[in-house]
Amino acid sequence: MAEVTLTIDNEKVSAREGQNLLQVIREQGIDLPTLCHLDGLSERGGCRLCVVEVEGSSRLAASCVTAVREDMRVTTASDRLLRYRRMLVELLFAERNHVCSVCVMNGNCELQSLATRFGVDHLRYEPLYPRLPTDASHEKYTIDHNRCVLCARCVRVCDEVEGVHTLDIMGRGVSSRIINDLNQPWRASRTCTACGKCVQVCPTGALYIKETLSAHVEKRPDLPRRIVDARKKRVWNS
Amino acid sequence: MNREELESLALGERERASRFSCRFLCCAGTPCLSAGGAAVRKALEKAVEGKNGNSSVEVMGTGCVGPCSRGPLVTVVTPGEEEHTYEKVTPQAVPEIVEAHLEKGVEAASVPSTVSRDSSFFTKQQKIVLETSERIDPERLESYVAQGGYSALARALEDMTPEEVCEELVTSGLRGRGGAGYPTGIKWKQVRGAQGERKFVVANGDEGDPGAYMDRTLMESDPHRILEGMAIAAYAVGAEQGFVYVRGEYPLAAERLGKAIRAAERQGLLGDDILGSSFSFRIRIRMGAGAFVCGEETALMASIMGRRGQPVPRPPYPAQRGLWNAPTLINNVETFGSVPPVISRGGDWYSRWGTDKSKGTKIFALAGKVCQTGLIEVPMGITLREIVFDIGGGIPGGGAFKAAQTGGPSGGCIPASHLDTPMDYESLQELGSIIGSGGLIVMDESSCMVDVARFFMEFCMDESCGKCTPCRSGTVQMVRLLEKIKGGRASAHDLEKLEELCELLKATSLCGLGQTAPNPVLSTIRHFRHEYEAHIEDRHCPAGVCSMPH
Ligand SMILES: Cc1cc2nc3c(=O)[nH]c(=O)nc-3n(C[C@H](O)[C@H](O)[C@H](O)COP(=O)(O)O)c2cc1C
Ligand code: SF4
Ligand code: SF4
Repeated sequence: MAEVTLTIDNEKVSAREGQNLLQVIREQGIDLPTLCHLDGLSERGGCRLCVVEVEGSSRLAASCVTAVREDMRVTTASDRLLRYRRMLVELLFAERNHVCSVCVMNGNCELQSLATRFGVDHLRYEPLYPRLPTDASHEKYTIDHNRCVLCARCVRVCDEVEGVHTLDIMGRGVSSRIINDLNQPWRASRTCTACGKCVQVCPTGALYIKETLSAHVEKRPDLPRRIVDARKKRVWNS
Repeated sequence: MNREELESLALGERERASRFSCRFLCCAGTPCLSAGGAAVRKALEKAVEGKNGNSSVEVMGTGCVGPCSRGPLVTVVTPGEEEHTYEKVTPQAVPEIVEAHLEKGVEAASVPSTVSRDSSFFTKQQKIVLETSERIDPERLESYVAQGGYSALARALEDMTPEEVCEELVTSGLRGRGGAGYPTGIKWKQVRGAQGERKFVVANGDEGDPGAYMDRTLMESDPHRILEGMAIAAYAVGAEQGFVYVRGEYPLAAERLGKAIRAAERQGLLGDDILGSSFSFRIRIRMGAGAFVCGEETALMASIMGRRGQPVPRPPYPAQRGLWNAPTLINNVETFGSVPPVISRGGDWYSRWGTDKSKGTKIFALAGKVCQTGLIEVPMGITLREIVFDIGGGIPGGGAFKAAQTGGPSGGCIPASHLDTPMDYESLQELGSIIGSGGLIVMDESSCMVDVARFFMEFCMDESCGKCTPCRSGTVQMVRLLEKIKGGRASAHDLEKLEELCELLKATSLCGLGQTAPNPVLSTIRHFRHEYEAHIEDRHCPAGVCSMPH
């Protein structure tokens, strides 16, 4: 594939034509925030945290779903972008009931660390406080919708890597919800293999292994990439 | 069927129609039917039975006439005499009308025919897409053929190469009527040039803007026109399979399209070896299930393929990779409806109407506080004033025009100071609105613009698919902020927050729904900022719509 040269934050960078912009940005050591992106899974382009400015285009580009082009000039961290990212994180916090102090993921949560990173110490938006259920019917895992950010990593890993598509999304807008099979209690699922991949990729405390103690959870969001590499390239490394 | 047979079918049908000494044309569009049009038609059929030997009188259903709020409409056509169109016809009035026309003479009619064709409602319009709507029985293929139907397809297949068809569309200057106004000919060329073993053509009839019913009317009134437009497109881009995506709430449109497809297939106007050529094209109907976002092209394709109707990032554009990864042409129903006249009369002819950059005619659903609501087709570039005051007859009850909302939830409002703005893509965009798909809601002084903004924002919130954060979560916050303003509980800081959210959604949303959702808010702030300020600073709603704390 042909090489292209582009500019990222004023640095000249070379990449392969058609390569994913997010990947190229990260290869430069720039820690562009993401939530729905996960190496090894298909791109969703949903969280919008990875938006960047591309010169000559009036719209921002979500870098996870943008291919690099010759002579592209990309800015990854303008004041405007930082402000938008912060707003997005605030919106996520306002949307569900993220009470970190009583969450198993306190200290290991990706949403929490984004909030720390963007200095979100209070909410400018009205919290919606939705009344959402927790499904603890599965023998090993729990899904607590109060902490879900709808990144759909679980849905994708279950479909694309485990290959069973137990999980999906029901409803729309702010009432969207992750469901098992046709919205049944998890225990009743006849497709779930109890592999636990969904739990490992969940960025927050929405999916967790039962009886884990707060601050002791370590998830393995690198799992999908490792499995995919193992299958395709026959390598298993970290 | 070949071209000669098509012509003789047309001739036969015209001859059949000319044999009637009197024809009663009953509008069979949804507005007229819901006003009782079916009972009127039955009463007419019964009343003419046995009169004048029966066989020389015809009662037929037609497509939409236009002044929809006056239905049921019945037009009486007697050769050599002036036509009469009766409004708000009831079954009780039918015997009078029939008697007057068949026996006593029109002068004796005690029911006045009140829809005058000389009124500016009709004379200011330019009907190209709707030209034959009120003359066609939407359930009979022959009726469409008699008005020249399928001759454009025949012309394209026999006299033109696919490239020439694309070129003709480019010449016409036709732009997509689904909202964005993308040049149709260029899109066709892109699909034609895209690599793919198979290609698809899709007609977007998902029409979901509140108050809009242009596409429903077209599908109900003149279904064959859409099919013909699609077939011409399929020939031009090299597709063999097409889909019409019909909004779930439009059962009558789907039924008539279904009938039309079967009739066209029987006559060899769809299916294999169309009109004796080697070109084959089939069309299937897909019904939506009540999601506005399924009108967005990538969500629409997902829905056709049986997936969750949710947008996916573009590129790839449908023209590159669409249905089942094949190059796919998606056009709006009205866009396809404009194709047959472009081909039969030529792109140059079509481009005579409209402005420099916005050619041809556009159908609008005129609604709200205007004397004559209904479905109208006007040349692009007509002023809003002409639409509201000449065609619509002004504001009822002597009220004052305040603003018109175009483009529905993706559009904005045009205030009275801009009544002389030409209605074209560029001018409206400059004003912070869009032509959109053709919804046009007129508001008088009794409308509160904050309330209007909240209405559309709530619509977007309800219709957000939930995939991306800014639209899913931002629309909820924006509705809350607007409600706070409406309730007299907001501060200047809340207005800033609202504007900042508008900026976020525009810039970061994944699809057009979220990107354009702020438009009604932004345009009402732009043109009616004082109203927002009155709510915030004075705790006062100038229109008296919002209830304020005392
Ligand atoms: C949220 C949303 C809803 C849409 N709804 C419709 C619709 O109901 N009908 C339509 O023709 N286009 C709709 N569109 C535009 C389509 O995505 C697409 O641009 C259009 O069908 C292309 O046809 P055209 O080029 O003939 O306009 C919608 C777009 C968005 C973002
Ligand atoms: S445990 Fe495995 S199979 Fe079950 S829902 Fe999670 S990812 Fe899917
Ligand atoms: S902008 Fe709204 S409708 Fe479009 S993908 Fe995002 S959430 Fe869905």
